[in-house]
Amino acid sequence: MQGQVALVTGALTGIGRAAALGFAKAGAWLVIGGRKDAVGADLVAEIVALGSDAAYRHCDVRDESDIAALVALALERFGRLDHAVNNAGTDGASRPLTQHTPETYAEAFDINVRGVLLSMKHEMLAMAGNGGGSIVNVSSTMAFRGRPNLGLYCASKHAVEGLTKVGAIEGAPLGIRVNGIAPGQIDTQMLDRVAGHIPGGKEHIAAGPPMKRLGTPEEAADLILYLSSARASYVTGQTVAIEGGRLAT
Amino acid sequence: MMLQGKTAFVTGAGSGIGRATARAFAREGARVCCADLNGAGETAAMIAATGTEAGVEAYGVAIDITDEAAVNAAVDGIVSRWGQLDIGFNNAGINIENKRDHWQRLDLFDQTMAVNVRGVMICMVAELRHMYPRKSGSIINTASTAAFTGIAGPGYVASKHAVMGLTRAAALRYAEDGIRVNALCPGATFGGMMSERHDPDSLRLKARAHPMNRIAQPEEMAEGVVFLASDRASYMTGHPLAIDGGFLAG
Repeated sequence: MQGQVALVTGALTGIGRAAALGFAKAGAWLVIGGRKDAVGADLVAEIVALGSDAAYRHCDVRDESDIAALVALALERFGRLDHAVNNAGTDGASRPLTQHTPETYAEAFDINVRGVLLSMKHEMLAMAGNGGGSIVNVSSTMAFRGRPNLGLYCASKHAVEGLTKVGAIEGAPLGIRVNGIAPGQIDTQMLDRVAGHIPGGKEHIAAGPPMKRLGTPEEAADLILYLSSARASYVTGQTVAIEGGRLAT
Repeated sequence: MMLQGKTAFVTGAGSGIGRATARAFAREGARVCCADLNGAGETAAMIAATGTEAGVEAYGVAIDITDEAAVNAAVDGIVSRWGQLDIGFNNAGINIENKRDHWQRLDLFDQTMAVNVRGVMICMVAELRHMYPRKSGSIINTASTAAFTGIAGPGYVASKHAVMGLTRAAALRYAEDGIRVNALCPGATFGGMMSERHDPDSLRLKARAHPMNRIAQPEEMAEGVVFLASDRASYMTGHPLAIDGGFLAG
C-alpha cells in the first residue's frame, strides 16, 4: 500500500488502532481521527516509528465539520484518499426498549449511523476525485441478530448494513468499493465496558463464541486490510463476519 | 508469504477458480495437490514452472469427487507424501441445468446434488479425518451467490444453499478443534463455467447484473480463498465470503 492514504475514525483504541497500525505496516500513510488528542499524538509517533507517516485531527463524528476537516486533512497533507475505515462507534445505553428515550436514541444513532453516513459522504467525494478507493464500515454481528438490552446498538448496526449496501451500489461506477466487517466478541475497551455490566464478566463473554475465545483487534485489522487491498478488487457490498463462528449458530 | 509450509488439496483445479487458487496457494508458499476429473496436470505443471525457486511442489490427480474411495486415497496420498494436510479447497462443482425444460429433469437434479453436495461432503470428511487429530486446518467450500438467491437451475440453487449448510455445521462442530470452515460465494467469474468466448451480448447482460458492471477474473476469487486459508483469518469460521461485485447488495 506504498503511496496510498488511509483514513481511520475512532482510531485511538481497539479495532481502529489495530487497523491504523496494520495500514502503516503495509506501507500506507495514515490520517487518524479521535477524541483524545494526547493519545492521537502518541499514535502518530508510533506510526512514524514504523517508518510510515501520519496526521492526527480531533474528530467527533457527531460533528460534520470535524469529519469534513479530517478528510480535507488527507487531501492537504498527502494529496489523496484511497482507504477509509469508519470505526468510530458507541455501544449505547444498555437497557430494555421500554426504558429508552429520544436522548438515548440520538446518542446511539448520531454516532453509529449519522456518523457513518457523513463519513461515507465526505470520503466518497474525496475518493471520486482520485479515481476510486475502498471504504470499510466497522459494524457488528448485532447487524444481523438481536440481544436484550442492546436495542439501539442492534438497530443502529442494522442501519449501517443498509448504508454499506447502498454505498457499494452507488460507489461501483465511481471505482469505490464499500464493505463492512461484523466483529463479534473482540478484546477491546468497549468489550471491557460491556463486561462490567454482566455477571461473569469477560470470561462469560469469551465462552460465548463457538471458538470459545475472544478475537483480537489485530485479527479484525487483518480482515480490514484484506477488504481494503487490491486483493479484494471484486468484493463490494459485503459485511464480513469475524466472530469465531457466532453467526453460524 | 501467507501460506509458507502449508499443504493444500484443491478440487476442480483443472480450470477457472480452482486453477487460479492452486496457483495462488503455491505463490504464497503452499505445496498443492491439484485434483480434477481429468487430472490437473497442466495446473501442476504451471505451478512447477513458476514455483520451483520457492521450493514449491505440486502434482495433479484425476479423481471424481463423488467417488469416496478415490477422494480418500487422494487425501491420504497428500499426508503420506507431505506428512500433513492444512488446507482443503472444495471447489469442484457442476452447473448443468441451463434450459427452462431442465426443471423437468430429475436426473440432472440428482447429478448436481451428487457432485455439489455429496461430493463436497465426501471431501470434507476426508480432510477432517487428517485435520482433527492435529487440531489444525482450514477448509473452504465453493458455494455461490446462488446460496442466497434463486437465480439458476433447481439443483444448482438447492445444492449451493446446501453447501452453506454443510459449511456452517462443520464450522460449529470443529470450532474448538482449531479447524475453520468457510465458504467462497463467487459472482460471475470467467474460466470454468463461464468462458470469455460466450456470446458478447449475454456477457454484457451478466456483467450489468453486478453493480461493478463487469465479470470477475478467477484470480480475484483466489485472493479471497488465500485469505480464508491463511492464519490472517484465524477468528473467521462459518462465513460465506461473497466476492460478487456488489451483486448481493442490490
